[in-house]
Amino acid sequence: MTATSTSTEATDPAPESPPGGGSSGRGRKSAEGGGARRLSRWSTRAPLLPALVFLIVMTQLPFVATLVISLFDWNSLYPDAREFSGLGNYGTVLSDEAMRGSVLNTVLLTATVVIVSLALGLAIALLLDRKFRGRGLVRTMMIAPFLIVPVAAALLWKHVLYNPEYGLFNGAINWLASLVGVEDPVQPDWVSEMPLVAVQASLIWQWTPFMMLILLAGLQSRPLDVIEAARIDGASNWQIFRYITLPHLRRYLELGGLLGSIYVVQNFDAVYTITRGGLDTANLPYTIYETFYQAHEYGLASAAGVLVVIGSIILATFALRVVSSLFSEEASR
Amino acid sequence: MSTATVTRKPRGADKVRPDLRTRSQRRRNAALGLLAWAVALMFFLPVAWMVLTSFHAEADAATNPPSLTAPLTLDSYREFFGAGGGASPWPPLLNSVGASLISTALVLLLAIPAAYALAIRPVEKWRDVLFFFLSTKMLPVVAGLLPIYLFARNAGMLDNIWLLILLYTSMNLPIAVWMTHSFLAEVPVSLIEAAQLDGAKLWTILLRVIAPIAGPGIAATALICFIFSWNEMLFARVLTGVTAQTAPAFLTMFITSQGLFLAQLCAASFIISLPVLAAGFAAQDKLVQGLSLGAVK
Repeated sequence: MTATSTSTEATDPAPESPPGGGSSGRGRKSAEGGGARRLSRWSTRAPLLPALVFLIVMTQLPFVATLVISLFDWNSLYPDAREFSGLGNYGTVLSDEAMRGSVLNTVLLTATVVIVSLALGLAIALLLDRKFRGRGLVRTMMIAPFLIVPVAAALLWKHVLYNPEYGLFNGAINWLASLVGVEDPVQPDWVSEMPLVAVQASLIWQWTPFMMLILLAGLQSRPLDVIEAARIDGASNWQIFRYITLPHLRRYLELGGLLGSIYVVQNFDAVYTITRGGLDTANLPYTIYETFYQAHEYGLASAAGVLVVIGSIILATFALRVVSSLFSEEASR
Repeated sequence: MSTATVTRKPRGADKVRPDLRTRSQRRRNAALGLLAWAVALMFFLPVAWMVLTSFHAEADAATNPPSLTAPLTLDSYREFFGAGGGASPWPPLLNSVGASLISTALVLLLAIPAAYALAIRPVEKWRDVLFFFLSTKMLPVVAGLLPIYLFARNAGMLDNIWLLILLYTSMNLPIAVWMTHSFLAEVPVSLIEAAQLDGAKLWTILLRVIAPIAGPGIAATALICFIFSWNEMLFARVLTGVTAQTAPAFLTMFITSQGLFLAQLCAASFIISLPVLAAGFAAQDKLVQGLSLGAVK
């Protein structure tokens, strides 16, 4: 069974490889001659290859192309003027005021959204981690913002909530004011007066439920006997939170922070929808999109893309270390 | 269901020692429960408002102060589904359904064998491979957008739903491999070895031993992949036009305000979010499992 099926597998990377069945099972260590061993090793690898090859083709090749394009002075509106310009584009990008602004915006947007969502998510998870009437319904309502399609959520905030004339926020202010008898209450134009905060608020609204879910799961996996014991020993609620709950939640906080950062750093929908990148809110994904899609500056957009990737790699090495410590206890096979 | 059992635990612990539960403590608990209700209602308010507004007439939708008790109507849904002569939402909706379902199926088809080779019968250095998968997720999508656009233009694949399907597959594959790995790793090796000793074939082991243990986790994976594909907008916006447009890209026509359109915007947003809302509500625990990449079981 093994000999024939393994030999077909090297060419056909289907999941049919026997799980090391029979005599040659897990035979990587046993030296039964180089050929057989190599064959067995490739039969182990075979199921992995389609995914690996596909991913490399789809994500690494475009990046190499970006790298090459970034070395050319290339605006698609003037296709004849395409020429090699070395690192010129990088100089332009690095000295460009707007580009530096969008780096700052990306950092501000990501840090604010992730940190505030984590803090709010933790508070709400703590609130939900107790028995009370309608707890299931409360949790379901809390999840809803995360399940609204991001473009729809951004549109909802932009037009239905923020609109200065008939948005819900100003409407509610007006209504409350009329209840108290205040004439001419403030009616701020939310998006123009605080554009970055407006974008951040809509994202915090969407990401808080995400953090809450992960942290709630973390809370519910706490060792209850330890907490009971601490309580019997007279520990206060705060002490239990500080010395048992928080250390236990650390890996969940890190996981939420990491996943949130991966997605918020790349956020395009909210910026594109709420401010169209105007009012100094453009972040890197939006700026790159605009440079290539609106301004047709292919070379510049690519150089910016490469710089973003370099930044991401620096962040990612750090982040991956976090994940690897997170999963080390679990993935011990 | 599992939430119910989990919430019962602290209360059960209290029951053992009822003397520890003072009256003030109980009162505080009730107050905190109310607070939880208040916070949840606040978070839910925009969603509820969106749904309510979608059932209002356009004139009632754009009032200040808001008209809470305006008569309900299905006008904006009729309008959205093309009664007013606008673009029909059906092609984008069907495109989204197709792109999300097919890409999710492709992701699972690629991820499960890969996870098998990383968890059950691991290749050497499987850990490095796993991290390679995750690291590709950290590369910003936008950095590869231009080459993909140029390739699609030259290959005549612009406005082609299959291009989106391939991109969504690669976008979700890293997370899916990571998740399925963590679920397959739960299958005890001894169980597989025992089945092998009994002479079970690979397919038997996959279906009778591995699937029952890892199945729920794989369902969680599929749910997450579906949601992310359904939500995607940047690729859809840049790479599609008329024929392959997806639902989120269709929504972008509401970005600039156009007279009275709030009710219709709300109806459109609600309809397009409905599949995600339904799937997410129905499978809340799966959602948590999936979002945490399988770290939360």
